[in-house]
Amino acid sequence: MSEPQATTPMTRPTVQNRETETDADADADAVAPLIEVEGLSLHYGDAQALKNISVSIREKVVTAFIGPSGCGKSTLLRCFNRMNDLIDNVRIEGRVAIGGEDIHGPDVDPIELRKQVGMVFQRSNPFPKSIHENIAYALRLHGMRDKDALDQAIETSLKQAALWDEVKDRLHTSALGLSGGQQQRLCIARAIAIKPSILLMDEPASALDPIATARIEDLALELKNDFTIVIVTHNMQQAARISDDTAFFYLGELIEFNATSRIFTNPSHKQTEDYVTGRFG
Amino acid sequence: MTDPSRAPERFRSRGFDAASFFFSGVTGIATAIILGILAIILLNITWHGWDGISLRFIVSGTDQDMFDVNKAGVLPMIVGTSARVILMTIFVIPVGVITAIHLTEYANPVSIHTRIIRGAVNNLAGVPSIVFGLFGLGFFIGFVGGEMDALFYPDSDEPVWGKPAILWASMTLAVMTLPVVIVATEESLKAIAPGLREASLALGATKLQTVAKVVLPQALPGILTGGILSISRAAGEVAPILFTGAAYYMSGYPTRPTDQFMDLGYHVFILSTQSPNIEQTRPILYATVLVLLLLTFTLNIVAVLVRAKMRRGMRQSH
Amino acid sequence: MSYTNAAFVTQPSGNNRSARWAGILRGKKRRPLEWLAEKGIFLVSLSAILMVFLIFLFVGREALPIFLGRMDSSVAIKVIQPDQMASLSREELQAYLELSDDEFAGMDEETLTLMMEVKLEEAAEAPEDKDASVNTTEWKYLLQPHQWTGYDKPEHIWQPVSEIHKYNIIPLLIGSLKATLVALLFAVPLSLAAAIYVSQLASPRVKEWLKPAIEMLAGIPSVVLGFFALLVMATVLQKVFGYDSRLNAFVAGVALGLAIVPVVFSIAEDALTSVPRSYTQAALALGSSKWQAAWRIVLPAALPGVFAAVVLGFGRAIGETMIVLMASGNASIVSWDLFESARTITATIAAELAETVFGDHHYRMLFMLGTLLFAVTFVSNLAADLIIHRLKKQLEGRT
Repeated sequence: MSEPQATTPMTRPTVQNRETETDADADADAVAPLIEVEGLSLHYGDAQALKNISVSIREKVVTAFIGPSGCGKSTLLRCFNRMNDLIDNVRIEGRVAIGGEDIHGPDVDPIELRKQVGMVFQRSNPFPKSIHENIAYALRLHGMRDKDALDQAIETSLKQAALWDEVKDRLHTSALGLSGGQQQRLCIARAIAIKPSILLMDEPASALDPIATARIEDLALELKNDFTIVIVTHNMQQAARISDDTAFFYLGELIEFNATSRIFTNPSHKQTEDYVTGRFG
Repeated sequence: MTDPSRAPERFRSRGFDAASFFFSGVTGIATAIILGILAIILLNITWHGWDGISLRFIVSGTDQDMFDVNKAGVLPMIVGTSARVILMTIFVIPVGVITAIHLTEYANPVSIHTRIIRGAVNNLAGVPSIVFGLFGLGFFIGFVGGEMDALFYPDSDEPVWGKPAILWASMTLAVMTLPVVIVATEESLKAIAPGLREASLALGATKLQTVAKVVLPQALPGILTGGILSISRAAGEVAPILFTGAAYYMSGYPTRPTDQFMDLGYHVFILSTQSPNIEQTRPILYATVLVLLLLTFTLNIVAVLVRAKMRRGMRQSH
Repeated sequence: MSYTNAAFVTQPSGNNRSARWAGILRGKKRRPLEWLAEKGIFLVSLSAILMVFLIFLFVGREALPIFLGRMDSSVAIKVIQPDQMASLSREELQAYLELSDDEFAGMDEETLTLMMEVKLEEAAEAPEDKDASVNTTEWKYLLQPHQWTGYDKPEHIWQPVSEIHKYNIIPLLIGSLKATLVALLFAVPLSLAAAIYVSQLASPRVKEWLKPAIEMLAGIPSVVLGFFALLVMATVLQKVFGYDSRLNAFVAGVALGLAIVPVVFSIAEDALTSVPRSYTQAALALGSSKWQAAWRIVLPAALPGVFAAVVLGFGRAIGETMIVLMASGNASIVSWDLFESARTITATIAAELAETVFGDHHYRMLFMLGTLLFAVTFVSNLAADLIIHRLKKQLEGRT
């Protein structure tokens, strides 16, 4: 297994060698995909942001969405937890199914959906409360009241987010006193505390320095054992380092979706090749 | 060789710029005039009123002959003014805050009914204070009070609710200061980073939970500012209470909502226009004005400080 | 454990997955509290609209009889012939003869007829004032001059408290306009100049305390300004200008101007500051001085906002009560001389309402004035609002 290396823009990023493609295909057949998108189109008013997207996200892997700015990857991500509902003038056609259920179905409660599909944002957004209260807020939303249970769950999630050692002595100080990277890990801890099945990460490290970024990436690799992770990133090296599958978007269309190793070493489309070798974007 | 310390010929200033000087001068003088007049008013009142203020003045009541320097006291007026503004906040703050929450959190900003609500708020802010007095008389005292009397005291000759009372004066003032509270609350709600609302919703909170547990606690300083500003404004207003409950003289204090009340501003008005000997009344008058001014100014300054601190706090958190 | 969400159970794997998702996603709760709260919040927010509407309704309601011409303020005794006594009801007869209940009860038919004839004789002897039969609440008397008995020529007179109630509103309109005019002439140039100084010429450090300092003027209650005008300004201005009436439209107008300076200043300053800084920078980069940029570029760009500030100042001035009540002299005369005592609409309402009887014509006339005032300020506020709204949209379009 070769180690992932940082590369200069003009060469292809190297990637962890994985099982051969046929093995990956076999795996995919055995376990039905968790998120299935079929013919999804999205309009903001008159402008079309997503054009007829069809993709299947596998369970318990890291899937990366890459592409130049404005290509629709964040928009698609936000469809998975119906955060686009909060924007006026949005029109959606097509189908998004999680676990076989159409999430836009008439019976579906977006609030319940978001308890199962968590999200971490580009700019960390901890509440102006204590570290303890940030996570407790999420847990209380879901009915947990018992003080000991709360403390336990908070410790677990902070450990999972690799933040426990740094904050265990100051759980009741303000979350705003943490560094940018710590705040982001707190947001991750908060999101995973309620044990969602899927964790959406919208460019979680783009506002962080390289060291903090590396920690977030390591975290993503560990978390995939327990959560299905979909990560949007404009950093190709990051995608190459941590993801198992990659989807390349351009101008609202899904150009190519495949195992990360294929995308970066032997993409099928010229556009993909141009993007991953840095000729544009 | 050219002296390097002198600017090159073409960049040196071309003499005295008279137009600039004149323009800055005129506008600067205008600013100074405004500040000067403000200072004169404050100084004049403080100068003449200071002597009149003593502990006795503030804590004693006044008797029927309120123009007697030795017997005058402003306690009933302070109590009356304070009581009516506190009663007012009970009405105005919930309604104002909820309206502001609707406008910023729930309403569609471009829809027609949002525009109408905003228009109504702006209009309310511009209604003359005497019209509010008429409104208080016609609606609260005449209609609401009248109906309450018909309902609860149908056989009584004397109106119980349908007459000037501190309750009606307070509610009239609440309507008058509603825009102040709404604007201040909206300002603080808008200052909250949208990312916080997103974070809460993404965790599966409902809008109500987000507003109640994340947004409102953050908006509290702004709400406080609005409340203090509304109190400060209402404390100084006289026209709306002329017919809705202010009394020239009362022997006691307003203990029931149907009681009338004495008032600092109204007292200033009476002393100024109806004293038999203005020279004799002058000291009491100045002292009363000073008390009123101290009240409104302190409240104003507190509100401004709270708002400034809140703005600095917001900037720090991001 | 007291929490119940299914997600806290360890995740089953494999085929059970779909079933779990189905269960969770299909559980769309009614959430009545949410719905109720949202509707409740919406209803409360309508209160502002409701209030404006109610003000119109209840102030106008008291004035309605005047507007509809159903009020009659004539004082002439309507003489009723004795032989028409039978056509009157008992109550009408009692009122006409001005008898108390006891007196009326104790009289018989013959005595009543006698009293009717006495009344007839009284009316014949009393000097006829032709004005007595005039319904002075009709619109033509409210606006046009009328030759009243005892005057040399037709006059506009507001004199409700007299034998013949005179309700011409022209003196009041002129009084309000005079005071407002003085206020605007005094406050607008001053506020505008200060606004230009603060927003364009002053350094940011100075601006920090200057703006709040000027806005402190808004913290002075109008009754205090009225008091100051009455006691101090009137004397000073009389010494300076040397006119006769110590309290007049001029004194009141200057004090009124002080009251509206904060309004005009803060809106004008906002308008000037909202002009995109790129304009100023472009002008400066081309070599203009700060004042040239301010005068030629920024001020014209901010003109709608400045205009709105003036309109709002006008609305505030014409609606102000305490200052004019205390400092204008309160003589309701028709004169454009600023140095004569004047009476405004607002002062009239404030001063006279206490003396009226609920429901009589004087009471309703005052409410009519109030409705008029409300209508004027409503329109001017609406105008200013629309201007500012259009201005904001323009700015958003550009930036």
